[in-house]
Amino acid sequence: MPDCPEFALHCPLPIADHEVVQMAHGGGGRLMQQLLERVFFRAFDDPAPGERHDGARLEVGGVRLAFTTDSYVVRPLFFPGGDIGSLAVNGTVNDLAMCGARPRWLSAGFIIEEGLPIATLERVAASMRLAAAAAGVALVTGDTKVVDKGKGDGLFINTAGLGVIEHEQVIAPCSVRPGDAVLVSGDLGRHGMAIMSVREGLEFEGTITSDCAPMQGLVQALLGGGVAVHCLRDLTRGGLAAALNEIAGAGGVSIHIREAAVPVEETVRGACEILGMDPLYVANEGRLVAFVAAEDAPRALALLREQPEGAGAALIGSVGNEPPGLVTLESVIGVKRVLDLLSGEQLPRIC
Amino acid sequence: MKFVDEYRDAARAEECARAIARGVTRPWTLMEICGGQTHAIVRFGIDELLPPAITLVHGPGCPVCVTPLELIDKAIAIASRPEVTFCSFGDMLRVPGSRRDLLTVKAKGGDVRIVYSPLDAVKLARARPERQVVFFAVGFETTAPANAHAVVQAHAEGLRNFSLLVSHVLVPPAMEAILGSPSNRVQGFLTAGHVCMVMGYADYEPLAARYHVPMVVTGFEPLDLLQGIHLCLNQLETGRADVENAYGRTVRREGNPTARALLQRVFRVVDRKWRGVGLIPQSGWGLREEFAAYDAEQRFGVADYATDESTECLSGLVLQGVKKPPECPAFGTRCTPDHPLGATMVSNEGACAAYYRYRRRSV
Repeated sequence: MPDCPEFALHCPLPIADHEVVQMAHGGGGRLMQQLLERVFFRAFDDPAPGERHDGARLEVGGVRLAFTTDSYVVRPLFFPGGDIGSLAVNGTVNDLAMCGARPRWLSAGFIIEEGLPIATLERVAASMRLAAAAAGVALVTGDTKVVDKGKGDGLFINTAGLGVIEHEQVIAPCSVRPGDAVLVSGDLGRHGMAIMSVREGLEFEGTITSDCAPMQGLVQALLGGGVAVHCLRDLTRGGLAAALNEIAGAGGVSIHIREAAVPVEETVRGACEILGMDPLYVANEGRLVAFVAAEDAPRALALLREQPEGAGAALIGSVGNEPPGLVTLESVIGVKRVLDLLSGEQLPRIC
Repeated sequence: MKFVDEYRDAARAEECARAIARGVTRPWTLMEICGGQTHAIVRFGIDELLPPAITLVHGPGCPVCVTPLELIDKAIAIASRPEVTFCSFGDMLRVPGSRRDLLTVKAKGGDVRIVYSPLDAVKLARARPERQVVFFAVGFETTAPANAHAVVQAHAEGLRNFSLLVSHVLVPPAMEAILGSPSNRVQGFLTAGHVCMVMGYADYEPLAARYHVPMVVTGFEPLDLLQGIHLCLNQLETGRADVENAYGRTVRREGNPTARALLQRVFRVVDRKWRGVGLIPQSGWGLREEFAAYDAEQRFGVADYATDESTECLSGLVLQGVKKPPECPAFGTRCTPDHPLGATMVSNEGACAAYYRYRRRSV
């Protein structure tokens, strides 16, 4: 252009380390990993990377237990397919199930904001009772605290759970072997997109319903069917991509999946396309990824599909040797690329 | 999914790639303008389907990337005010200003919100008359009509607590800046389909003729991109330099007349600074005098802000297609999405971020 013969090149300055917690520190991506490593693994006993899991495995008097805890902060409290109560039960049940345990007992702690209608609490408690019954767990202890108006977001729930491990398999990233088959238990992305559409008042053709469900039935079916289960992970924050990256890193293996094989429901795909989000990174609350011995894959798939929560199960990929920690994906047009961990939260794009 | 799956068909993509390879006799360098196209190319691996003689370089069409540092600083200053509710599209929040980003303002108690439409901000202004609601109006010709509509709506309702922080930029002046630069290596353009959906493509015709460069209006799905590349290469191989439309299911030559009339009413063409590039005369939109009352820069007294940018990274060269991201020595080491040195690493649609996410490790 005549007035501007050469570009004047500029570059922004780097941003310093975050000195305060950002939302992205809770998003399941790299920032959350950094927070865990910088603050919590340093302060507490750091589990060996291959042992990092959804819960701890403990042994008391010859009985092997799994122990886990999780806090639930969902807005809105009620959403298509579930509510904070069913989420708080199923989430902790699923963490236990991913350790290969049979979930038995739960605790529930309620942090309630002044002004919350009692009727809301009653609905949540009723929902928790139903979810616990469906998952075969007992709510055995609890606590309530009320905080000043404006100091909480209506209701936060923490649940902790104990389960019993009744088999000899070590279900952890360190058990994953090259050649293993990678299975998911159903279509991905429904919970995250359901929450987003109700929270933000977005309307899509057809309601997106959360997949919130207990998954111990799926796990028991696999174990009961004699499948060599090497690792399980529920696909919550950060979605499938985060789970695969964690397992590849912790297990020292590579993982390859085919994008076309990953089931995603039409409405969810549409919503993701519109918002510029990738369903592989969207949270689920009733979906798992299972790493099983290759020869058991057809049987594992059949066993999952017999369960109502596993009707949409699919074989999506396999485990390799090299390079350790790398997750790759074959795109729908057949080109191979990296499937990386996100930096922070997925943010809807501009255009 | 209808209107998506048919444009992601692996067999047809391969067929199209073979047809491209058959027609290419020598090296060519093409630029896709839009960050959405860059993202799709790298995500689906379109460039890897092309013969090695074809180089795709990535253009300046990422609104997050080109919004200048001083505007981010203005946004941060406004958003930090206690009376302000600052609304923005999600991906603007992570862009670093001189010292911090909007997410940090939010973490420190600022009322910063992600919205999906400027009309959501208008709604907020209506519901909260005691708050000053500001919408961060960034983007190219694609996002401008909705922002213009928001201003007209606020004006019609007499909302006095709504304003826009405007940073609209225009594609044709940026293309001309690239073509006129002595270091230009771009021989053909894939123009941004959604910009053309609004504006049409008649404006590109004199540009294509003057610089003798073919331009193909191109969509965003794998087959759209391959089709655009194919038509552009056909023109180069046969010595033509026309404007062609490969995105006919969305784009007409005259664009969207309703949207254009609205833009004409609300905005006027102004000089704009582009982050990583510098000042490009007559390359953006600002509010017309009639709507000056809705200009957040005036309302909050930040119009005079000026921030000097450092010259450390290559994002300017990346944005004009002279360099590709991995050619930068800081790429993937000192510069990552967690610690971006340059705007092109910040946005999901920035070329550096796309390469970091999909190509950081060779597979």
